[in-house]
Amino acid sequence: MGKLRTILAGVFAAGLLAAPVVAEEESAMPNLNWSFDKIFGTYDLAAAQRGFLVYSNVCSNCHSMKLMHYRDLSGIGLEPEQIKAIAAGVTVPQGVDDQGAPKDGPATAASQFKSPFPNDQAARAANGGALPPDLSLIVNAREGGPNYIYGILTGFVPAPSSFKMQDGMYYNKMYPGHQIGMPQPLQDGTVEYTDGTSNSLDQEAHDVVTFLSWAANPELVERKQIGVRVILFLVFMTGITYAVKRKIWSDVH
Amino acid sequence: MAGLNKSEFANPVINWIDTRLPIFTMMQKEYGVFPTPKNFNYFWNFGALAMVNLMIMIVTGIFLAMNYQPNTQLAFDSVQHIMRDVNYGWLIRYVHQNGASMFFIVTYIHIFRGLYYGSYKTPRELLWMLGVVILILMMATAFMGYVLPWGQMSYWGATVITNLFSAFPVVGPKIVTLLWGGFSVDNPTLNRFFALHYLLPFVLVGVIFLHVAALHITGSNNPLGIDVKTPQDTLPFHPYYTVKDSVGICVYMIVFAALVFFAPNYLGDPNNFIPANPLVTPADIVPEWYFLPFYAILRSVPNKLLGVCMMFGSLLVMFVLPWLDTSRVRSARFRPIYKWFILLWVVAVIVLGVCGAHKPEGIWVILSRVCTLYYFLHFLVIMPILGKLERPLPLPESISKPVLGGRGGGPMPAGAAAKPMEKA
Amino acid sequence: MADSSAAAHHAAPDGVTKRDLLQLIAGAGAAIGAGAIAWPLIDSMNPSKDVLALSSVDVDLAPVVEGQGITIVWQGKPIFVRHRTAAEIKEAQDVKLSQLIDPTNGLDSERVKAGHDQWIILVGICTHLGCVPLGNKPSDPRGDYGGWFCPCHGSQYDTSGRVRHGPAPLNLALPPYAFESDTKIKVG
Repeated sequence: MGKLRTILAGVFAAGLLAAPVVAEEESAMPNLNWSFDKIFGTYDLAAAQRGFLVYSNVCSNCHSMKLMHYRDLSGIGLEPEQIKAIAAGVTVPQGVDDQGAPKDGPATAASQFKSPFPNDQAARAANGGALPPDLSLIVNAREGGPNYIYGILTGFVPAPSSFKMQDGMYYNKMYPGHQIGMPQPLQDGTVEYTDGTSNSLDQEAHDVVTFLSWAANPELVERKQIGVRVILFLVFMTGITYAVKRKIWSDVH
Repeated sequence: MAGLNKSEFANPVINWIDTRLPIFTMMQKEYGVFPTPKNFNYFWNFGALAMVNLMIMIVTGIFLAMNYQPNTQLAFDSVQHIMRDVNYGWLIRYVHQNGASMFFIVTYIHIFRGLYYGSYKTPRELLWMLGVVILILMMATAFMGYVLPWGQMSYWGATVITNLFSAFPVVGPKIVTLLWGGFSVDNPTLNRFFALHYLLPFVLVGVIFLHVAALHITGSNNPLGIDVKTPQDTLPFHPYYTVKDSVGICVYMIVFAALVFFAPNYLGDPNNFIPANPLVTPADIVPEWYFLPFYAILRSVPNKLLGVCMMFGSLLVMFVLPWLDTSRVRSARFRPIYKWFILLWVVAVIVLGVCGAHKPEGIWVILSRVCTLYYFLHFLVIMPILGKLERPLPLPESISKPVLGGRGGGPMPAGAAAKPMEKA
Repeated sequence: MADSSAAAHHAAPDGVTKRDLLQLIAGAGAAIGAGAIAWPLIDSMNPSKDVLALSSVDVDLAPVVEGQGITIVWQGKPIFVRHRTAAEIKEAQDVKLSQLIDPTNGLDSERVKAGHDQWIILVGICTHLGCVPLGNKPSDPRGDYGGWFCPCHGSQYDTSGRVRHGPAPLNLALPPYAFESDTKIKVG
């Protein structure tokens, strides 16, 4: 009996373990304590709001976030008035006018985040042939998630003298192959914070990664809250059902 | 021949319906009083779990289809629209996405149960073969479903798997073009995969109906693998097994919920969060975990056609299993040698799964070849020969004897199970 | 019957009450669980966040000259915006409730915003069977009452959007809107 259990567990565990095979990293992935990591973890909204500032001031010059809308910012604790003000400050294409010519207008809460380039070709042309990836899902789309993105942002170091760099590339200790098309985006003091938080590189990277993690998984907090309740309910139901089962089967043996 | 059904139901409405269409009598016969061996262990929950899982997949799938757009320009964004904007869309999608994994976990354990206790052996050959059809349909459905989100892994998975058919001489390339509806995986492919992904689950329901119908003709096998002899050997399905299945369903739901709510992307691939790009292949193309053993078999053979044949063969060999096994004893519990071989086969499949997740280099190539070899040796050589040579342990006289003598329920070591019989 | 034959086999007299209570709790739990599963599925059919985000539109009234009407789209429905002339306003105000088919919100003052008598804003859907009445374009027939005329079954509305001639049973509906300035409204 014990043997069969072990096998069952083995089949199960192997199924779970076999899927995500993490490639061995050449340089160690940083391992930060993220506010949203643990079972009951939620997003640090202040950090996410600072992260939005970092994105708006720095990242958004090259990177789009096409899956995001200004209205979504209520998820990091912004008030409707703040969202409206942020959107109103952005000019986005708004269909065509009565003469059929494309027209621009102020964004509304319902608008998509404005993309820095009208299309991929324009983005490549402006970035030496490299396409800055859309950041909406970037945290989910990379092995290592938030730690990897943090590692990239803080991974710009001088190239070892023996390392042969191509033109227009930058050395990054985290990036696979170490040559990345993106120049170092954040440094100490790149963004002015208004809430008195230190604007060191580490802090800025931490904040923008918190924001990007929220953007990739906006449902996370609600999901965990529902999940705890669902599992407690199911554990209770298991107990009750097992008691009924014992009772019904009590006269079989 | 024709004539009204004599209904025994007291409720006048039920009686009226049942007289004209005896569905209540049928349910009562097949799921109420249906005589079921009394010695099932918890492995016998997994058929019911698979049924529940299929229902979950169909229901969540229908609601997803209300918001999904099967068009290469829209598919990726429409899935994200479900995740972000549709009320509880994230929940429905994560249940569907992880439900596929749960379905395979449950089904693979169900299949192992059948293999270990000899449920495929006479008179249940057709029941088993219908099960193999179900597995193949499930795989086709899962594969096409994985293409729908139109991420990088969706696209490249579809490209690689459909290209398998190009291995066949002469007609291969024509088949691939036919599958694609074009000259690469593109909008026509996505659109038809969606249509088929919606259709196949209902075909599955039909085949599962036949699977259950066949089961209810032969009756269930049981951990001892011996036939039911007297009414003392059985219990009515309800309430004994309805409640036992309910316990299993609750535990299964806990595992399912843990996955959905706390690790919804654990079994997924980060590459599928990148929209499909026909010009850039991801560094590692890996199928979903449930296809890994088959993927490893495919890659273990250096010849393209042979690899494809081996992969399909690894499934098709299951069809003839009832005739490859020459032993007259069903349950591996009474087959002291075979028991180790079938467990070794399970280990080989698991190792194949791990091999499938790694790049085919070095040790992984050797391991996958050894395991592939064993996979086929087990069915084609060991099973027929061992069945003749092996001396099985003495079988109990009836199901109720060892249940009364031992503690019943769970599987017992072969020796312990056989003892009461020796006394008898 | 459904339970009795099976349960009768083994029902132990002393165990009955406890089993029944447990079964009751298990049954109630299963019902709660089924409800909890059903709700997200049903709610997923309600308008999604992107649809709700577009549930209000801003309209600039400045280009609409006196006597002219425009049609805008709000929540997928046509909204009639008409700049009424002084004569039309007078005509609309002079109608008595007793002359109306549907006296609810029958006074013209109940159908426009105070101080903005010249603007009548209506949901452009005939209350009969959902057609869009004519009358917003200069070339359209406006019916005997100078408002709107429904081509489907001949219903006629006056310059205040009240039904004056059947078969429509009700006045044209008033969308929720507010003046943000003299020339700007927000519908929804």
